[in-house]
Amino acid sequence: MRTLLVWLAGGLTLVGSSQVALANGWNMPVGVSTLSGEIYGLHMTIFWICVVIGVVVFGVMFYSLFKFRHSRGAKASNFHENTTVEVIWTIVPLLILVGMAVPATATLQKIYDPSEAELDVMVTGQQWRWRYEYLGEDVSFISNLATPRAQINGEEARGEHYLLEVDEPLVLPVNRKVRFLFTSDDVMHAWWVPQLAVKQDAIPGFVNENWVEIQEPGIYRGQCAELCGVDHGFMPIVVHAVEEEEFDTWLAERKEAAAEEAMGIDREWEMDELMERGEGIYSSICASCHQPEGQGSPPAFPALAGNEQLISDKDWHVNKVINGVSGSAMPSFRNTLNPVELASVLTYTRNAWGNDTGEVVQPAEIAERLEE
Amino acid sequence: MSRNESEVREAGVRRTVWRTVAALVGMFAFAFALVPMYDAFCRLTGINGKVDTTAQAIVNEEVDESRMVTVQFITRNGTGLPWRMEAETRQVRLHPGQTSEIYFTFSNQSGAESWGRAVPSVSPSKATRHVRKTSCFCFEEQQLQAGERIELPLVFQLARDLPPEVHTVTLVYTLYPVEGRHQPLQAEVQTKQGEEA
Amino acid sequence: MAPKVPPQPTLEQSSTAAEAGHGHAHHAPPKGILRWLLTTNHKEIGTLYLIFSLTMFFIGGIFALVVRLELFQPGLQFVRPEFFNQMTTMHGLIMVFAAVMPAFTGLANWMIPLQIGAPDMALPRLNNFSFWLLPVAFCLLLSTLLMPGGGPNFGWTFYAPLSTTYAPPSTTFFILSLHIAGISSILGAINIIATILNMRAPGMRLMDMPLFVWTWLITAFLLIAVMPVLAGVITMMLMDINFGTSFFNAAGGGDPVLFQHLFWFFGHPEVYIMILPAFGIVSAIIPTFSRKRLFGYASMVYAVAAIAILSFVVWGHHMFAVGMPLVGQLFFMYATMLIAVPTGVKVFNWVATMFRGSISFEPPMLFALAFVVQFTIGGFSGLMLAIAPADFQYHDTYFVVAHFHYVLVPGAIFAILAGAYYWLPKWTGHYPNERLSQWHFWLSVIGVNLTFFPMHFSGLAGMPRRIPDYALQFADFNLASSLGAFIFGFSQLLFVALIVLCVRGGKKAPAQAWGDYATDLEWSVPSPAPLHTFETPPTFERPAH
Repeated sequence: MRTLLVWLAGGLTLVGSSQVALANGWNMPVGVSTLSGEIYGLHMTIFWICVVIGVVVFGVMFYSLFKFRHSRGAKASNFHENTTVEVIWTIVPLLILVGMAVPATATLQKIYDPSEAELDVMVTGQQWRWRYEYLGEDVSFISNLATPRAQINGEEARGEHYLLEVDEPLVLPVNRKVRFLFTSDDVMHAWWVPQLAVKQDAIPGFVNENWVEIQEPGIYRGQCAELCGVDHGFMPIVVHAVEEEEFDTWLAERKEAAAEEAMGIDREWEMDELMERGEGIYSSICASCHQPEGQGSPPAFPALAGNEQLISDKDWHVNKVINGVSGSAMPSFRNTLNPVELASVLTYTRNAWGNDTGEVVQPAEIAERLEE
Repeated sequence: MSRNESEVREAGVRRTVWRTVAALVGMFAFAFALVPMYDAFCRLTGINGKVDTTAQAIVNEEVDESRMVTVQFITRNGTGLPWRMEAETRQVRLHPGQTSEIYFTFSNQSGAESWGRAVPSVSPSKATRHVRKTSCFCFEEQQLQAGERIELPLVFQLARDLPPEVHTVTLVYTLYPVEGRHQPLQAEVQTKQGEEA
Repeated sequence: MAPKVPPQPTLEQSSTAAEAGHGHAHHAPPKGILRWLLTTNHKEIGTLYLIFSLTMFFIGGIFALVVRLELFQPGLQFVRPEFFNQMTTMHGLIMVFAAVMPAFTGLANWMIPLQIGAPDMALPRLNNFSFWLLPVAFCLLLSTLLMPGGGPNFGWTFYAPLSTTYAPPSTTFFILSLHIAGISSILGAINIIATILNMRAPGMRLMDMPLFVWTWLITAFLLIAVMPVLAGVITMMLMDINFGTSFFNAAGGGDPVLFQHLFWFFGHPEVYIMILPAFGIVSAIIPTFSRKRLFGYASMVYAVAAIAILSFVVWGHHMFAVGMPLVGQLFFMYATMLIAVPTGVKVFNWVATMFRGSISFEPPMLFALAFVVQFTIGGFSGLMLAIAPADFQYHDTYFVVAHFHYVLVPGAIFAILAGAYYWLPKWTGHYPNERLSQWHFWLSVIGVNLTFFPMHFSGLAGMPRRIPDYALQFADFNLASSLGAFIFGFSQLLFVALIVLCVRGGKKAPAQAWGDYATDLEWSVPSPAPLHTFETPPTFERPAH
């Protein structure tokens, strides 16, 4: 009897927790895109169908366990087959499944809607960051984890958006259809923002397509969803959805800033400004593998501090940063960083942590090399 | 058990073993056969944007002037190859049935010759089958001498039967070093990996 | 409809079997270690498999506890992400290939010859060989943890190119160990098929066999069909890594997605390899303790066969986010949903078996009942995952982790435990300690649900799988999961204690240890089962319908 009571209590807890599941933070978000609400609805429909089936099946089961107990002197019947019943419980689930498949198919067709988009964004996964390129707009940037390592290691209090914050969020307009093209520079990644109900694998050498139309301005956060190596847990996604005018202004500013930066390529840069800028770029892009003090973590990530080849062979060093190393986590930064940024980070790594080559790598030099 | 019965049993066991072993060998072979089957299936259906790596003939068909399709060209540098690759234009708008020629520039920025390969991909995948390429740098591996710069054409046609709901076709080319043929950098990479190991 | 003839043999052959146990003069077996190294006896090999599996269950469990310890709270406290990834990978590989699969093989070795009235497996020496391959394979696999660059860190699904171009140097050894384990499984499967098809007691037709035998026959066919595909995939990986081919490398004209297709073509049937024998065990236990014949024997067999066949056409549901065309998504979605039908039939049959029975709650029954409930919960989340549009939100989150753990831990592993409790009297001649069994059962149920139920919520709320650290909103769920994992993990020590006690002594069990309704042939031999049984085949007699 006690056994049964505990079983019953367990059953009630299950039902109870499914009720709580409706509360926020316990369930799939309704989301803010044109399709996310529909996907949420589909999820809840199937969930409730499962609950009903579960209540019926477990109901009969627990009734039997309670009613037909040996200890209560129950005598077993002799039946062991019944064609009618067996046919019914084959056909009825089949019908329920058809009932589920109809709305699921409709939603899937909407997801595959290829109608023209107003904005194309190329999303490239890279160990371990995302790169966004607004196709045809000359605007592209990379987006790194912004949470300080000190928070991860518990040396600092963790912020509200711990691990879900980036240095440069993806900015998108609301009420415009945005087409995403996904690819990867190294291993497979997956771009996922729950509020947008978009999850798509980024596959090296291949391109995948998906789209979103956001309906509400806001900040939406997600993470890489496909195991991609050591820092898989540390490549978040942040989307800033803004009103259309605000987006247009933002895009124009980005273009202007890029143009301004391009103007600066030709001038002679001082060591100090390059070092300062380089340090910032190094800590947001390079430090996760090569470590904050350039000590690396061999064998996977070679040390930069005191690296003989790096110190003695500038051309080799420049080549590695621009073109990357195939089959390793070192990507090509040719299209990721502009000449000023490349020159800054090269200058920094050639002079920091006792590398002291005293060499200043000028943006002009890099620009020329890229244009050859 | 009589002698006869146990003999029957042993013969049965032997037969079962041979049959299962044959099935095993068959399944192992099947796993490898799946690779070309998958490729063929992808070509047929355009899944994954896999496209033909051989030239196709332009089909003389009437140009469908009732609609325009945007074709985007995206070039990506894979890691480890000191080349620059660029398309002369980022996108064109054309009618299905029309033939178009786009030039791509390749330049080797290093002091040594090297081999590269541009791996093509098409999105959306349902358009893949409808992109006919008569000439493409992606059909073969390319060799560039130190500092060399070349222009190579892509000649293609969008088939008239391109599904009407497709408005934009994106052609992506990812440049990869050709392993083994790409001596100088490759040697470095291998020593580096050797050190890592 | 054709009359269904249930497996209800008479027990008249038990006396001959008992005699066979000590009457015959056998060659004196070698003593000590050699005896175990060289044994060709199905019961001894079965025991070896079970001990190996239990050992590996604890090793894989320790890895899981390392993972849960790190996830106990946000931040990186105990291990670095490099090691964390190795732990998740090794946990998965060990549990799948070294704990669950060998446990079922062990049960098959012990019970199939007993259940079909055969003196031993059809190929006893091969049987010995296939067992001893396992320790070799998994010592090799575990040793990769100590190699430079660490062990496999790419998840048990080892997706290329993370597992090829970007893999640690030890990957070649990982491939070798998987090859050896695969050969072991294949040889085991050949042996089981040969035994079942050729060694049945005279008069026993296929449709008279106990369901455990049936499910294993079908499982063995699945193994024959898909283990060679796994061997093929890892051979391609080996060639990509060491011989410069490009099966999965886009740079050389290959396709990383091809890897996933091949892997899941193996992987999905593999999932059923780990659950079908569990159906067989539960189908034996529920009737015994309901004192009633299994409801719908024939439909149970057909359902298992249907599940096995469907398992070959649903692999794409693991890849909904990979970028398949609409038709592909629809095909895999519909095919996957169809699996719910035969699975439902099984659950309904179990419930119908209990309905108007006379039910008692001995430890095997408790575990079997928990299996039915918890496996069904895993089935429900599986059905949700089958819905492709919703799967875009579930895919690669903790919701998936919750789903497959519900199927495998409170599912498959509970069934294995149920089977162990059920057959321990037959193996040792003693009943397991009742009080300890109760403790083990309740702690396991509480622990396992506390571990895996909150994972549904963390997954739905947006926590991806395989991450060593997480955002603050997932902290409470992870705390609960970690607590539950430690409860479940440590309560398994009770099981070890229980087995040791049971081997040493306890309440003596008669031949028919669980009463008149346990009627399969294994209950016709004495408890403990003598080393040699059924040397003279029993005559299987079908009761009048």
